[in-house]
Amino acid sequence: MGAKGYRHWALARDAHGIAWASLDRAGAGANTLAIEVLEEFDGLLAELSADAPSGLVIRSAKPSGFIAGADVHEIAAVTEVDDAERLVRRVQAIFDRLEALPFPTLALIKGFCLGGGVEFALACRHRIAEDSPATRLGLPEVMLGFHPGWGGTVRLTRLIGAPAALDLILSGRTVDARRAKKLGLVDHAVPERLLEHAARQMLLGGARPRRPGLVARLSNQEPARSLIAPLIERKLRQRARREHYPAPFAALELWRRHGGDRRRMQEEEARSAARLALGETAQNLIRVFMLRERLRAAGKETAAGPVRRVHVVGAGTMGGDIAAWCALRGLEVSLQDRAPQYLGPAIARAHALFARKLKQRHLVQGAMDRLMPDPQGYGAARADLVIEAVIEDLGVKTELFQSLEARARPEAILATNTSSIPLEEIAAGMSDPKRLVGLHFFNPVAKMQLVEVVRAAGTARETIERAAAFVRAIDRLPLPVRSAPGFLVNRLLMPYLMEAVALVAEGVAPEAVDEAARRFGMPLGPVELADTVGLDICLSVARVLTGHFGGEVPGQLEALVAAGKLGRKSGAGFYSYAKGRRTGKKKAPQEIDRELAERMVMRLLNEAQACLEERVVEDADLLDAGMVYGAGFAPFRGGPMHYLAARGREQVLAQMLELAERHGERFQPHPALAGG
Amino acid sequence: MSEASKALNKRAAYVVDFARTPFLKARGGPGPFAGSDLAVAAGRTLLARQPFEPDALDEVILGCMIPGPDEANIGRVVALRLGCGAGVTGWTVQRNCASGMQAIDSALRNIAAGRSQLVLAGGTDAMSHSPVLLGRAMVEWLAAWQTARSLPARLGALARLRPRHLVPVIALLRGLTDPVVNLSMGQTAEIIARRFSIGRERMDAFAVESHRRLAAAQEAGVLGEIEPIFDDKGGHYLADDGVRPDSSVEKLAKLKPVFDRPFGNVTAGNSAQITDGAAWLLLASGEAVKRHQLPVLGRIVDVNWAGVDPAEMGLGPAHAVPPLLKRHRLRPERIDYWEINEAFAAQVLAVLAAWRDRDYSRDVLGLGAAFGEIDTARLNVDGGAVALGHPIGASGARIVLHVLDVLRRNKARYGVASLCIGGGQGGATLVDAAGAA
Repeated sequence: MGAKGYRHWALARDAHGIAWASLDRAGAGANTLAIEVLEEFDGLLAELSADAPSGLVIRSAKPSGFIAGADVHEIAAVTEVDDAERLVRRVQAIFDRLEALPFPTLALIKGFCLGGGVEFALACRHRIAEDSPATRLGLPEVMLGFHPGWGGTVRLTRLIGAPAALDLILSGRTVDARRAKKLGLVDHAVPERLLEHAARQMLLGGARPRRPGLVARLSNQEPARSLIAPLIERKLRQRARREHYPAPFAALELWRRHGGDRRRMQEEEARSAARLALGETAQNLIRVFMLRERLRAAGKETAAGPVRRVHVVGAGTMGGDIAAWCALRGLEVSLQDRAPQYLGPAIARAHALFARKLKQRHLVQGAMDRLMPDPQGYGAARADLVIEAVIEDLGVKTELFQSLEARARPEAILATNTSSIPLEEIAAGMSDPKRLVGLHFFNPVAKMQLVEVVRAAGTARETIERAAAFVRAIDRLPLPVRSAPGFLVNRLLMPYLMEAVALVAEGVAPEAVDEAARRFGMPLGPVELADTVGLDICLSVARVLTGHFGGEVPGQLEALVAAGKLGRKSGAGFYSYAKGRRTGKKKAPQEIDRELAERMVMRLLNEAQACLEERVVEDADLLDAGMVYGAGFAPFRGGPMHYLAARGREQVLAQMLELAERHGERFQPHPALAGG
Repeated sequence: MSEASKALNKRAAYVVDFARTPFLKARGGPGPFAGSDLAVAAGRTLLARQPFEPDALDEVILGCMIPGPDEANIGRVVALRLGCGAGVTGWTVQRNCASGMQAIDSALRNIAAGRSQLVLAGGTDAMSHSPVLLGRAMVEWLAAWQTARSLPARLGALARLRPRHLVPVIALLRGLTDPVVNLSMGQTAEIIARRFSIGRERMDAFAVESHRRLAAAQEAGVLGEIEPIFDDKGGHYLADDGVRPDSSVEKLAKLKPVFDRPFGNVTAGNSAQITDGAAWLLLASGEAVKRHQLPVLGRIVDVNWAGVDPAEMGLGPAHAVPPLLKRHRLRPERIDYWEINEAFAAQVLAVLAAWRDRDYSRDVLGLGAAFGEIDTARLNVDGGAVALGHPIGASGARIVLHVLDVLRRNKARYGVASLCIGGGQGGATLVDAAGAA
């Protein structure tokens, strides 16, 4: 037994003389590596060095997972590059000490093992991961705008070879235990029942550390580095722009220059990681990450208990995909539509989703069994939550909710996925509107993380809370919004899209408009986006919004829809498509007028100011979170309001006034913007 | 609640709901659903409309003849897939063509004994998924191959492989052949056809009528017992698809005999089809009916089983029904509607002939006189297995649920569902729909 009392660690020795160090970070639900946690570990190593065990196992005492990475709040608190670099070097020293221990060490990984968690595990001699879908290993640092700094780039490239290692580091993607075993990231992927036994066997049996193969070893030497690096860079450029996301490029450069020299690489790794972490991109991405935590926190479980059964009415793209996603996340789902032929396509899409996500046959079958096509609507009477996703027609919805009120359990939540009908109008036809809430998903449901949780005047607070908890339980991000036309995301997107259409109408090539938006940092250009969403849908939302807030629906949009050109789904919109893919793609021009992006973005910012003023969302941070996760607004810019503040109100105001003068009063700044 | 359900018998088995899949004709190659998929598809819809949670069931009993290799104890597999939870037991019964009826009988007995209150009982089979097996010679060769370690030993084993090794065993064909008397089911139908002088034309006329009745029932929309099912590719199935509304005696006359070639009379056209399907009944004790306020559709009064010569297995119903009615002091005229499974047109006609025949009734069935004439207007009123197919494990449950639905539709009381069983048995179920909801 350890003589010292540890706050975050528990140390025990078993009959074989193996020391078991269990991390249980005090006051946290998940293990993150604050400096304090690591310093304590260093003390623990000192204790062990004085009386060497036969081996050391490092594991988590938390059921949630192994280690989620560095403490992001701590990173965010550092303001000086020198301080950051010093802290990074300190952790590198602790991990070096761990690596140099004379006795064998082993990381026993259950659940998530991310970022600093992987770097910790890499400093151990062996790694065993639980073979379970819950186990995910990865280095997602680039998603926060920096790259691994605790020796991760050095150890991983050496352990599994540069191509595989850089793939993980540059993409930030995670892998499961089996894949990790295949890559060589862990020595074994074993089921839970054998984890401890396997750890003991490896430590006591004198297992040798895994040695990379010849190709993997050569990949870090010259001339391999000079040959591989440009290839990787070319692929990287297709995914990210260096000016927006410098971290992966820096990681690649680090390896290219120093990959052959371990010591030097680790030194440079610290310098580069520290510099990046304090850069604007990382600061904004960290901010966005914390906003994500805030959204998640809004979905706390309520006293009413979790939603177990969901009934979805309407098996179109939205309804079908919501149903499939819920079944994927373990809920029992019934999916209703007027007739069986409307259900079939949704079931087929669900099966494809399950096959892609779950892979194993029995898991796919389980998800299919949980998703019941229900043409008769039996599920409505049993559900904890009913979600309506039928056509946007008030009459149809009113009638539906009246019948649902009669059939559903009294405590069931009744939700609408409407994007354009004010909830109050639906509520008017109900006898008890307290349990009506909006759950506005975005398309495609499996990709878009945000769900707007819409509160009408009569919605009970408990209903909102339970709906938000449901959203969180299915691994989406709930954003509480007030019932107002377009809610938040569509309301802000629409002027941005309409300005793009106006630009095209003025004769600007759609490719140039899209490129301008992408250069600003949008993942998808507005014209592509409109085509993908469907021009008919854009038009109907635009009509609703202009009906409420004034403005004009561009004639070209109406003309395209009237001509049956609805975008990707119909084969033609602004662009043309064959089998859902763009045809006749033209290259965007090199020179893009800066004003293009300015015009689109300024309109979005202006609308954002209006939304805040009308309290559609509670505050500017939530607005930013909603636009990043619901519309993909350039994450590295930290969200629209953050961007506005960063550019300076005065400057933005001046820009708008100038645009208003030249292009009309749609650029007239919102009074709140002028008033400060 | 109706008159009868006020006087619920605590340990009687009431049918409170039923559902089945459309019966899907095997069209060469495995169909889109395995046996458990079919049972889950119909079962979950049935459970979804109940006022109780699936874990309130005491047990799930499923009849099945041809479970797939991933469906060991398919009854339990299905219970778990239906979300009944670990605590609800599930088991599988097998009595060849009557497996689904055996499930009902087993449920009835457990309810009568007070051991169960709420039982999901039914049958399923995906006959199109019947395995194709390696022959004995091939299995022996494989065993030798696996023990051959060295290269010469392997080459030697390889040299012993002959084309005949590769001839597969079609499990379905073996299953439809009686291993004791070495006759295919079709051949046993030929035997009893000759015994009661039933010619080709009568068989074909019976088959045409079966198709006509099923087509009429589909047209009239009276087959509410069917729940639509959906495959993984988005296809949906609403109705029994083996029906041929344009069937005619002339067309059927063109078919060649398949069992006794070339002179026999039993053809694919006047036999039951090879089909995939599942059927369920939800049975509740009087106590459970009250507790969950369930609607009573009828009561399973009794089930009777009889053994006959395997070479005349088609006469099974002729033997199973009379003792059942006698036990309940019912004359055949009191039975309002009949379902006799159409394994073969010839076989149903032979059963009717046997009951009409004074000598057979007296000498073989041991009755004082001819059992009686069954009005064919009250027999298989919506067609039978010739038109909609005979998924071996499911048919026994289907005919019971269907006769109940026919009774309800016609506000009638007594129904009998009976079938012949490969291997020489007959099974019969008596239902009473008095006071049905």
